Amino acid sequence: MLKDFFSKKKKYASIPSEKAKQDIPEGLMQKCEGCQKIYYRKEMNKNLQVCPNCDHHHQFSAEERITSLFDEGSFSEWDKDIISANPLGFPDYEDKLEKDRKKTNLNDAVVTGKGTINGFEVAVAIMDARFRMGSMGSVVGEKITRAIENARTASIPFIIFTASGGARMQEGVLSLMQMSKTSVAIDRFQSSGGLMISIMTNPTTGGVSASFASVGDYNFAEPGALIGFAGRRIIEQTIREKLPEDFQTAEFQLKHGQLDKVIPRHQMKETLTTILDIHSSRGKDN
Amino acid sequence: MKQALDFEKPVIDLRSKIDELKKLTKDSDIDLTSEITTLETRLEKLEKDIYGNLNPWDRVQIARHSDRPTTLDYIELLFTDFIEFYGDRLFGDDEAIVSGIAKYKGNPVTIVGHQRGKNTKDNITRNFGMPHPEGYRKALRHMKQANKFNRPIISFIDTKGAYPGKAAEERGQSEAIARNLIEMAGFKVPIVCIVIGEGGSGGALALGVGDHIHMLENSTYSVISPEGAAALLWKDSTKAKQAAESLKISSYDLKQLNVIDEIIPEPRGGAHRDVKLQASYIDQVLSDSLATLKQLNQEELLEQRWEKYKSMGEYIEIDANEE
Ligand SMILES: [Zn+2]
Repeated sequence: MLKDFFSKKKKYASIPSEKAKQDIPEGLMQKCEGCQKIYYRKEMNKNLQVCPNCDHHHQFSAEERITSLFDEGSFSEWDKDIISANPLGFPDYEDKLEKDRKKTNLNDAVVTGKGTINGFEVAVAIMDARFRMGSMGSVVGEKITRAIENARTASIPFIIFTASGGARMQEGVLSLMQMSKTSVAIDRFQSSGGLMISIMTNPTTGGVSASFASVGDYNFAEPGALIGFAGRRIIEQTIREKLPEDFQTAEFQLKHGQLDKVIPRHQMKETLTTILDIHSSRGKDN
Repeated sequence: MKQALDFEKPVIDLRSKIDELKKLTKDSDIDLTSEITTLETRLEKLEKDIYGNLNPWDRVQIARHSDRPTTLDYIELLFTDFIEFYGDRLFGDDEAIVSGIAKYKGNPVTIVGHQRGKNTKDNITRNFGMPHPEGYRKALRHMKQANKFNRPIISFIDTKGAYPGKAAEERGQSEAIARNLIEMAGFKVPIVCIVIGEGGSGGALALGVGDHIHMLENSTYSVISPEGAAALLWKDSTKAKQAAESLKISSYDLKQLNVIDEIIPEPRGGAHRDVKLQASYIDQVLSDSLATLKQLNQEELLEQRWEKYKSMGEYIEIDANEE
């Protein structure tokens, strides 16, 4: 028994020392969050932020996603200039927004627009987790709602890439209501025959996983993405039990029947193209 | 005597003093009538002062009061012929949600609602009113029937939130909530939602998409619990009182934010002070709601629901061409 304990303990990954971290030149090099191997940043960028060694999918900005997915020059952005009004007058919120606007060059946590994927025209909403952890407040809700409405009136598919910690606390109950607002828009869109594809990326949790992320005609995820309703720490405190390592990963959700498929970033464009093709052929004469 | 909350201690103390004097007058020869009258006047003023100036945290305490009436209490007082039905046909029955059919003023309705326990034992069965996916799916099953048989849906909201458990996640808590939102968005029958206690985040919202949303005066509706917000913001859950104010979770706040339609008044001190009176207040608002919504055809109903939700949220649209 005692021996077991020791042999188990050895399996813990060693934490790299402070010195090792400092040895990586800022900007030029990048350490893989999965296997800790060090790569040229350029190399990782070219590989869609996927580690060539362990396949770890790193954070992907909305801009990178657009470049990787859409036919060159086909993307046009919608509603770029909607910004938060700090509706509750929440303390420190405006400073936080300003900081993230500077950091990301975005006005909020989602980019919407339309473009073509291998010739197929789609409306898209791409969340960016770098902005307030991708949280959803009034701006995110409004932009997604408008994108869905645009897809409905143009009769084109709607694709959403989610990356969000959930509802944005600083906008209180108005954030919560964005879940219903987007749901009403999706119902209108889907009842009119619209195709909606949801791709959950790391992380998709809370109010976002419990609304539009989970109601696509197809629900996909990127490998390793954290997907779930409640946070791991809160669940562990509630049930007084340690959760398995793979809990709430994309693979866990697939195994529990909550996803249609896990799609690696490198196969995303191709898989989406096939689905769009099958759907566009619907109803045509043979 | 109902369990007293901290902020109402002065009222309770004064009231017991008056009772004492009354007893003394009765049991002895001393006549204290004039003292009693003075104190009763003071009590009236004190009650007005305290209950008329409740801060958000006081209301949180009232909303969480262990004697606060629950969904089943209101069902008994407002409806006739209620029959509860069980199970989601997929996994099991979740007693944190009650669901069934009844008549309201002679007309058929479907009722869904969160159900807290009345005592510790009851609370264990009811999981403290915190549903698992099967609870939401049970409610959905009954709401779909309402849609099929053209019965209005009345929903009572009263939960700290969806249960944050391992099994709940494995069975798709997110999907269950998300599914309810999108299905409720599209039902072609009137939906009236009433927040009767705590409206805790997505777990509350999963029964909360409707044509009219009302709140009892002292109930709360929030994206996160005050304790949770305080822990996240200030790493200090004891600052919950402060968070309750910043988050704007009272019925008055939600009315101002255009999220709810009506504030349903409560008896002085809270719904638990007079359940029948409270039910009669709900009755007025509910019957008005249903009468109004009944006048709309299905198309108008859905259009109005869309307009309602489309306008939720506040943002600034900057004119890029200005500058
Ligand atoms: Zn790696």
